[in-house]
Amino acid sequence: MRILVPVKRVVDPYAKVRPLADGSGLDTTGAKFEINPFDEIAVEEAVRRKEADPSVEIVVVSIGAGECEEQLRKALAIGADRAILVETSEAYDSPSIAAELAAVVAAESPDLVLMGKQATDDDNNQAGQMLASRLGWPQATFASKLELGAGKATVTRETDTGTETLEIPLPAVVTTDLRLNEPRYIALPGIIKARSKPLERRPAQTTPRLRTRVLKVESPPSRAAGRKVASVDELISALKEKGVL
Amino acid sequence: MSKILGIAFAGHEAAPLAAFAQRLGLPFDLLVLTGNAETDLGAEKVLSAGLSDLPPASALVEALRAHATGYTHIAGISSMASKDVLARLAGALDCAMVTDVIAADSPTVFKRPIVAGSAIATVEVLDPVAVLTVRPAGFGQPNRGGSSAVETISISAASNVVVTNRVQGGGARPDLTQAKIIISGGRPLKDAATFESVLGAFADKVGGAVGATRAAVDSGIAPNELQVGQTGKIVAPDLYIAAGVSGSTQHMAGIKDSKVIVAINKDPDAPIFETADFGLVADLFDAVPELTSKV
Repeated sequence: MRILVPVKRVVDPYAKVRPLADGSGLDTTGAKFEINPFDEIAVEEAVRRKEADPSVEIVVVSIGAGECEEQLRKALAIGADRAILVETSEAYDSPSIAAELAAVVAAESPDLVLMGKQATDDDNNQAGQMLASRLGWPQATFASKLELGAGKATVTRETDTGTETLEIPLPAVVTTDLRLNEPRYIALPGIIKARSKPLERRPAQTTPRLRTRVLKVESPPSRAAGRKVASVDELISALKEKGVL
Repeated sequence: MSKILGIAFAGHEAAPLAAFAQRLGLPFDLLVLTGNAETDLGAEKVLSAGLSDLPPASALVEALRAHATGYTHIAGISSMASKDVLARLAGALDCAMVTDVIAADSPTVFKRPIVAGSAIATVEVLDPVAVLTVRPAGFGQPNRGGSSAVETISISAASNVVVTNRVQGGGARPDLTQAKIIISGGRPLKDAATFESVLGAFADKVGGAVGATRAAVDSGIAPNELQVGQTGKIVAPDLYIAAGVSGSTQHMAGIKDSKVIVAINKDPDAPIFETADFGLVADLFDAVPELTSKV
C-alpha cells in the first residue's frame, strides 16, 4: 500500500505574525517555518501504519519553492520513505493546489492520500475535499481515528455534534484533525537518516489558474480594553448593566 | 444576473443565510437539507430535502450538483459539515471558494480571518461562481416577510461510503453556535465530572451552553464537539465566560465575535485578560459556583 502525504510549509503557528504595513501580506521576517501541524499529524499517522505493516510506502509531497525541502526532510525524519518537491514560484489557491496534487496522484497511484484538514496560515480547509472531488474518490475529513484494511479504510471523524465512523473504499482522501495522534519527537538518528533518503525535484505539471486573489491583509479590529472587577457581585452588576445577563 | 443559493445543513441556518444574501443585495433561493424550512425569509424559492441525517459528502455533492447550476454564489454557514461538503462541491463545480466569510465589501470581495485570526484578508473572487462558507455574526438578522414557494426535493443517499456509527453529544443544552450565553473551561477543570458539574451547573441555570479549550478536549476533560477556537467551533454569544482559560491565539480566534467576554482566572497575568471586557482574578472553583448561585 502506498500513502501520499502532502505537506505545506507554513509560518510557525505559535509565533505572533502581523500584516506588513503596506497590507501586501504577512510580515514573516525572522519567523520560523514548520510543517503545517495537521500535515505533521498526517505524516505521523502514515508512519504508524507503516510500523504496523512494513509493506506500506510513504511518499510526501510539497508544492512550492526550494526551501520546502526543509519540511520534506522533517517528514522523512519522522519516517516517510521518499519525498517529491514540486518546485514552483507561482501563487496557488486551493483549486490550483488540488489540480497539481491530482497530477502527482496520477503519477504515483497512491491507495490513500492523507493530509491536514487545513493549513494554519490560510485556514482554508479546502484542498483535500477539492482533490477528492477532482479524483472522483470518496473522502473522510476531520479524522480522529484511522484503520486500514483490505481495500478499505475505517475512519472515525469529528462532526459538529459528536463523531461518526465511516467505512470508505480505497483509494480515498482522508484529512486529519487534531486528535488523530500526537506526532513523535524526532530523534537525531532519524534526522541523519533523512538526509540520505530520496528527494526528487519535479517541475509543476499544471499551470495555476487562480479563482481567488488576496487584495489586502490587515490587522483585525482590536476589542476595546476591558476592566478588572473585584468580586462576583461586581461582575454580575456589570453584566446586568450590559444587558447580557 | 447574480443569484445566491443558500444551502442550510440544518433548518436554523436558513435565517442567517437569508441575512447574508440580503446584505449582499442579491436575490436568493434556499435549499434546506435537514429540519424545518422557513418560508418568510424573502427567498424566491425554498427547496426542502427533509433529510433526517446528512449522507456522506461524496454522495451529497453528487446530489447537490444538479441543484447548484444557475447561481453565481453558493453559500453555507461555516461548520464542519459545510466545509466537508461545500469544498467538495466547489471542486466538482471547478469554481472559486472562500471559507469563513466575515464581511462583504461587494458581491465578489469578501473579508475572512487567516492565521488563527491574527490577520484579516480581503479576497477577490475571480471566477464567475463562488462557493462561500459564512460566519453569521457580521450579517445580522434577516428581514422577514412574504411567503416563498416551497418545493420538495429528493436527495439520494446512495453511496459506496457506509456510515457505521454516529455518536451525538450535547443533550438538552443549546448548540454552541446558537447559544446566547456560553461558559467554557480549560485544563484547570481537572476531569470530565468536575468540568460538567462546575460549568454545567452555571450553563443550566442560565439556559446556556458549555464550551472547552483544545487542551481540555485533548486531555479528555470535554468531548470534541465542545471545542471552541481556530479549529473548533466559532462562537458569537452575547456573553462568553472563560473560566480557567489562559487565552491562546487559537482559542481567542473562536470567540472574538462574542458581545461580552468575561475571564475568570487566578493568574492575573493570563493573556485572556487583555481581551476580556471584564476580568475577575479568582479561583474558578470559588467564583463559578458563587456566580451560579447568584444569577
